[in-house]
Amino acid sequence: MSANKTFTARHAMGKAVRGEALVAKDGFSARYDLDRINGVFSRPAHKLVGQSYVGKILVLDTAKGGVATAWMLLEMQSRGIVPLAIVLNSVNPIIAQGAALGDVPLLAGFDVDITQAVAHGSTVEIDPARKMLAVRS
Amino acid sequence: MKLNEEEQDILAGKQGPVPKKALEHQIKVGDFFGAVDFVPVTQAHIMADTESLGEAGVQWLEGLAAEKAGRRRVRIPTITDPRGTDFAKAAFLRHTKAMLTLEERAIAAFVRLGVLMTNTCINYQTVQPATRNEHVAYGDTGVVIYSNSVCGARSNFEGGPSALSAGITGRTPRYGFHLPQQRLATLHVRVEDTPATLNEWGALGGVIGRIAGNYWAVPVIEGIEGAPGSDALKHFGAAMASFGSIALFHLVGLTPEASRLADVAPDVKSLPSQRVSRADFTALQQSYHSTDEVDVVVFSAPQLSLLELRDIAALCDGRNFKKPLIAITSPQIKPDSDHMGFTQTIEDAGGQVLSGMCFYQSYAREMADAHGWKRLATNSAKLVNILGGYGYQPMLGSMEACVEAAATGRLV
Repeated sequence: MSANKTFTARHAMGKAVRGEALVAKDGFSARYDLDRINGVFSRPAHKLVGQSYVGKILVLDTAKGGVATAWMLLEMQSRGIVPLAIVLNSVNPIIAQGAALGDVPLLAGFDVDITQAVAHGSTVEIDPARKMLAVRS
Repeated sequence: MKLNEEEQDILAGKQGPVPKKALEHQIKVGDFFGAVDFVPVTQAHIMADTESLGEAGVQWLEGLAAEKAGRRRVRIPTITDPRGTDFAKAAFLRHTKAMLTLEERAIAAFVRLGVLMTNTCINYQTVQPATRNEHVAYGDTGVVIYSNSVCGARSNFEGGPSALSAGITGRTPRYGFHLPQQRLATLHVRVEDTPATLNEWGALGGVIGRIAGNYWAVPVIEGIEGAPGSDALKHFGAAMASFGSIALFHLVGLTPEASRLADVAPDVKSLPSQRVSRADFTALQQSYHSTDEVDVVVFSAPQLSLLELRDIAALCDGRNFKKPLIAITSPQIKPDSDHMGFTQTIEDAGGQVLSGMCFYQSYAREMADAHGWKRLATNSAKLVNILGGYGYQPMLGSMEACVEAAATGRLV
C-alpha cells in the first residue's frame, strides 16, 4: 500500500474530489451489486456486501454486468445516495455513460492494480483533469 | 473528437437543444475512450425501464420531450428494451400505482421523441436483426453480444442515455467494437463438452464470461459440436455478457467473423488459453442450488421466443401448479403464443404469461417483498447472476426441472 503516492489513469472525467476510499478486488454494477434505496452493497458474493457506498470513493477492479448503471447513477445522484467518485482498473462504456449523465467523477486504467495500491479506508484525492489519483493517508 | 460540419452545427445548437444535448453527452463519452470521430449508425435500442430511470431519469426524458415538434424526434429507427411492467398483469405483479404512473410518463416521453415502443430484448429474433458490419447503437447487453457475435454487427454497450442520444444524432463515438482491431480474439477457449439444454448454454456462457472477465476481452471458442440454435446462443451470449461484461465472442466455424480460427486469432499461440468442460458449467449451476424449496418459477432474461413458449406449454399441459410460474415474452411474440394456444395451456396450469417486460427490470425487489418470494427457480443463467443483489436465492435448473418445481414446490 502507498501513502502520499500518486497514480495516473488513462481515462478520466468529472470534477476533483477528496474522500475515503472503499476498496475491493471486485466488480461494480449499480443493478447487480447495490441496494440503491439504502445505499449499501447488497449482492451476497460481493466483497463489500453490507457496506455503505454513500459519499465514498469506490476503488474497484472492473465494471460489470448490464446497462442499467447508465441511468442509475443519475437517479442515485438525485437522491444523494451515490458514491463520491468511482475508480476502476477496467471500465466498460456503461459506467462511462452513467458517470457522464450522473456527474460522478470517474478514473480508470492504471499501470498498477489500483485495488492493491490504495488501502481500504485511506483518504484519497482524485483530479480527473490531470487524470490523477493521490493517496493522502 | 474530430467533428464534421454537421456535427459542429449540432454542437452550436443550430438543430435545436435536443440534438445539442445528445451530442454533448456523446462527446463526453467519446473523449473518455479516445474516440477520434463519430460513426453513423442505422438503428438504436434503448434500455430504459423505470426502475433504472427513477424519477430523475423520467424527468430527464420529459425535458427532452418538451421541445417543440419538429426539433425533438429521433432520426433513425430507435426501439425500446423491456418496460418495467406489463400493464395487463400489473395487479398480479402487485406493481403499485406510483410504478405504473412513472411507466406511463416515460412511455409518453419516448413517444413524443419518436421512439418505437417495441419493449423487447430479443429484437434480433422479433423485430429486425442487424447485419454484418452494420454499425448500430444497441442497449441491453444480451442484444449487443448477440448482434456483434452471431450477426457480425458493430455495437458497443449503449446505455439508455447514449442509445437515445445515438437515435437523436444518428451517430455514435467510434471506439470499442466499432473498430476492426478491437474485434480480434484476446482469449482462446476450448470447450470439451457441448451443452444440451438452454440452462447449460447459459451456464457455459457464464463460465466463459467469468474467465474473460472484462468488456474488452473477446473469447474465441472452439469445440462446439453441431450448429447451436438461436435460443441456445441467446442464453449463451446473455449469460456471458452478464457474468463478464463481454460484448463479443467468436465460435470458430459458426459465427460470421471466424470461419477459421486464424481469421480472429492470427497468432493464437500468443493468446491465453483455457479448457472448459461439463464439470465447469455444472459446477456453476450447482453453486446456486442453495435449497430444494422454491417460492416462484420464472422464465425470463432474455424474453422467451415462440419456440421456448411452445416447449414450456408442452411441459405445463395438464399440470396444476402449487407455486407461481411466470413466463415472459416480447409483445411481438405474445399474440402468436395466444393464437397458438400456448398462453392458455400455461395459464390453465396456474402459470402466467407476460409480455413487454423482463423480471429483473420490473421492480424485482419490490415484487419479492410484496409476494414473499425469495427462493426462485429459473433456466436463465443471466437471471441467477442478477437476482442475488435483489435479495433472492436464485437457482438454475433445466426448463423441465423448473416446471416440475412449480408443480411440486421443489427443484431437484
